[in-house]
Amino acid sequence: MLGQILSRLATAVPSVIGVVIVTFMLTRLLPGDPAAYFAGLAATPQAIAEIRGKLGLDKSLPEQFIVYVGDLLSGNLGTSLSTGQPVVTEIATRLPASAELTLVALIVSAGIAIPLGVLAAVKQGSWIDHLCRVVTTAGVSLPVFFTGLLFAYVFYYLLQIAPAPTGRLDIFVSPPTHITGFYLIDSALTGNGEAFWGSLRQLALPASAMAIFSLAPLARMTRGSMLSVLGSDFIRTARASGLAPRTVVFTYAFRNAVLPVITTLGMVFSFLLGANVLVETVFAWPGIGLYAVNALITSDYAPVQGFVLTMAVLYITLNLIIDVVYGLVDPRVRLDT
Amino acid sequence: MKRRTFLASSSALATSMAAPAVFSPLKAQSRQETLLIVAENTPNMMDIHGVGANRPSYEVSWNTHDRLMTYGVKKDASGQDHYDYSKLEPELATDWNVTPTSATFKLRKDAKFHDGTPITAKDVKWSFDRAVTVGGFPTFQMRAGSLEKPEQFVAVDDHTFRVDFVRADKLTMPDMAVPVPVVMHSELCKKNATATDPWAMEWTKNNLAGGGAYKIERWQPGQEVVYARNDEWKNGPMPKIRRVILRIIPSAGNRRALLERGDADISFDLGSKDFSELKASPKLTIVGTPVENAMQYIGMNVKQKPFDNVKVRQAVAYAIPYQKIQEAVMFGQSIPLYGGADNKAKGTNWPQKHGYNTDIAKAKALLAEAGYANGFETTLSFDLGLAGINEPLTILLQESLGQIGIKATINKIPGANWRAELLKKNMPMITNTFGGWLNYAEYFFYWCYHGQNAVFNTMSYQNPAMDALIDKARFTTGPEYEAAVKGFVDAAFEEVPRIPLFQPLLNVAMQKNVTGYRYWFHRQLDYRQLVKS
Repeated sequence: MLGQILSRLATAVPSVIGVVIVTFMLTRLLPGDPAAYFAGLAATPQAIAEIRGKLGLDKSLPEQFIVYVGDLLSGNLGTSLSTGQPVVTEIATRLPASAELTLVALIVSAGIAIPLGVLAAVKQGSWIDHLCRVVTTAGVSLPVFFTGLLFAYVFYYLLQIAPAPTGRLDIFVSPPTHITGFYLIDSALTGNGEAFWGSLRQLALPASAMAIFSLAPLARMTRGSMLSVLGSDFIRTARASGLAPRTVVFTYAFRNAVLPVITTLGMVFSFLLGANVLVETVFAWPGIGLYAVNALITSDYAPVQGFVLTMAVLYITLNLIIDVVYGLVDPRVRLDT
Repeated sequence: MKRRTFLASSSALATSMAAPAVFSPLKAQSRQETLLIVAENTPNMMDIHGVGANRPSYEVSWNTHDRLMTYGVKKDASGQDHYDYSKLEPELATDWNVTPTSATFKLRKDAKFHDGTPITAKDVKWSFDRAVTVGGFPTFQMRAGSLEKPEQFVAVDDHTFRVDFVRADKLTMPDMAVPVPVVMHSELCKKNATATDPWAMEWTKNNLAGGGAYKIERWQPGQEVVYARNDEWKNGPMPKIRRVILRIIPSAGNRRALLERGDADISFDLGSKDFSELKASPKLTIVGTPVENAMQYIGMNVKQKPFDNVKVRQAVAYAIPYQKIQEAVMFGQSIPLYGGADNKAKGTNWPQKHGYNTDIAKAKALLAEAGYANGFETTLSFDLGLAGINEPLTILLQESLGQIGIKATINKIPGANWRAELLKKNMPMITNTFGGWLNYAEYFFYWCYHGQNAVFNTMSYQNPAMDALIDKARFTTGPEYEAAVKGFVDAAFEEVPRIPLFQPLLNVAMQKNVTGYRYWFHRQLDYRQLVKS
């Protein structure tokens, strides 16, 4: 198993190298002159040239690339010009914020979508099947930033039951001691009830907005996959053999139907990381998406490169995990096939 | 029905999540003593001298550092507190003596940096040397007041500091009270300097070496800055507010919601639409102050055909839908700069109204006289970074130009690229905004009209007669000064390479219990005068 994982990792190396080259080139090819931007309002051409020299942008592209790769190898992703912080620290503090939000959204979404999909398939044509259809259609047709704004307006502004959309914690609650960077986990570990409750409250709206968006693919995939499995011969045989409906549905049907659901779960996770950018903007969530967008707007190369690299590594890890989970769920799927 | 059930159940879920707020009494107390500001953009460093320090960083620097002098205060036309550029007041310096060749400052004897080290003239000299040496924006701003080289700055003794003038320049003294010449803790900085970085520019990005009214308690880039009052501060009246939290809220809608719900105390630099709508709110105090020495304008490149022809430029000036822009783009929240009696200067103040108004017939006639009776094609460029104003404005203008036969294609340029495009000076027609810190007409003209062709002379306008008047105004006073200013303003209106549209407002909204707001030329918030009751 370990050997298989390692060989799988080895195949990821060329993609990482590719990503490094592409991000480097892309950020250089984009229009926009960071030197002119950062020289400030009243810059003279000399001032801009000075800044260009300071940023190392007066060197040739291959030279800049060598410097960049050298820095990468020593774990240095450069410094963001717009926040003034090293990109590594920024990503390390922001990634947990995004990951926490995405994971909570995914758990909420899977927690609703999978039972809903299973029930809709088992009781095809019943009210629950229609509910499933309505919910998924509504969810997928509402863009996530819109749901986010709507939620903030209704639950915060009108009903006043949600906390102010000001990020991960209320302004007057101090963050929990840093262990994992996930506020829920950190505050639970340190027994900090106030921070736990506070971050749960802050998570509620953005996570629900994202969950609603991701309900549709999960519920539909579950329903469709369950339907085809339920219609197959071995289920008929199981039923004919007099097995309890519960055993038939969960032990036989669901286990076989879950494989495409896992694939979709992986895809939805990637979707959500993308959708994060908008939700993060609406809820002032100090996540990685917001960081990348701001950097892109200001032609701030280092964070953009750092972001793309981190994401690429994240996707590769995610794919690997999904592959491993496949093998565990279904013995017919092996990593080496 | 089912959807409704779903919505009801999800709102029930949200209610249950919101139920008990775990607030200790201590928190409520600190809420009372804390000022919460919501803003769109994050400061990127604590040091105003740093490479690429952005505007929010100026605010950090302004509130955490001292300068030798500051500006006095006056009431503006609407009775609001407004800094007074004609009055310099003590900050670190208790008094000063200006001769034709130098200025000597007496420094406060009991002033200390945040770490308790006394502030001496050595620190002032080191800081001024730094500002004129490191290059980029600080050096440039110092030069605007003829503060050019370290030899000009002399630490006479611990509490006496002298600036020797390289020339008589009336901007020298005012320039020492702008945000750039801050006083920094020289020993602390030197300790953190390296061979390649003798001015500790890297270290001061994230570390404070000041002695100002506020210290920084927490610094989370992109999220928040928490300030605590420096209770040992001696360089001005003790600020009333103990703690200030600046929270970054990127969405304008949420900033507004926070304010209307009373969760935030101040929202600074509001858009025109929110401003005009919030004005009616009984719960909030709304202040809009005209931004001094600033304007939104249409610029035409006089080095290119057909805008090299003054008649074409005048035709465009008559074709602009000024009133529509004022109503539909600015929601009435700006000072019109059109529709004056004629194109003659009415005083030495700037900006002021020009004599053009919307007159399509006249525009057509002028265009025909210039030999473009059938119009022409051009592009109209704008900065997407300020799309909120620029986009509707250019669309209105495009429609209006169409009426006199000018087909303008709109060219949207990303914010990051705008500066670089301006530098190239090849865009035929743009809309842009410019504001100068120092409130003098000749200061504006020096950057925007002078034949030195600085980046803000976006029209590449060059007129030796006007240059002579601008140069003269910079170094004279009295009737001669007045004549020079009126001379170049008249020429600017007659030749009209740039068409002033309106003077923008700096809008701020705050809770009723927040008072003491003061407008500053640097257009950042000064926490030191604010009071929360």
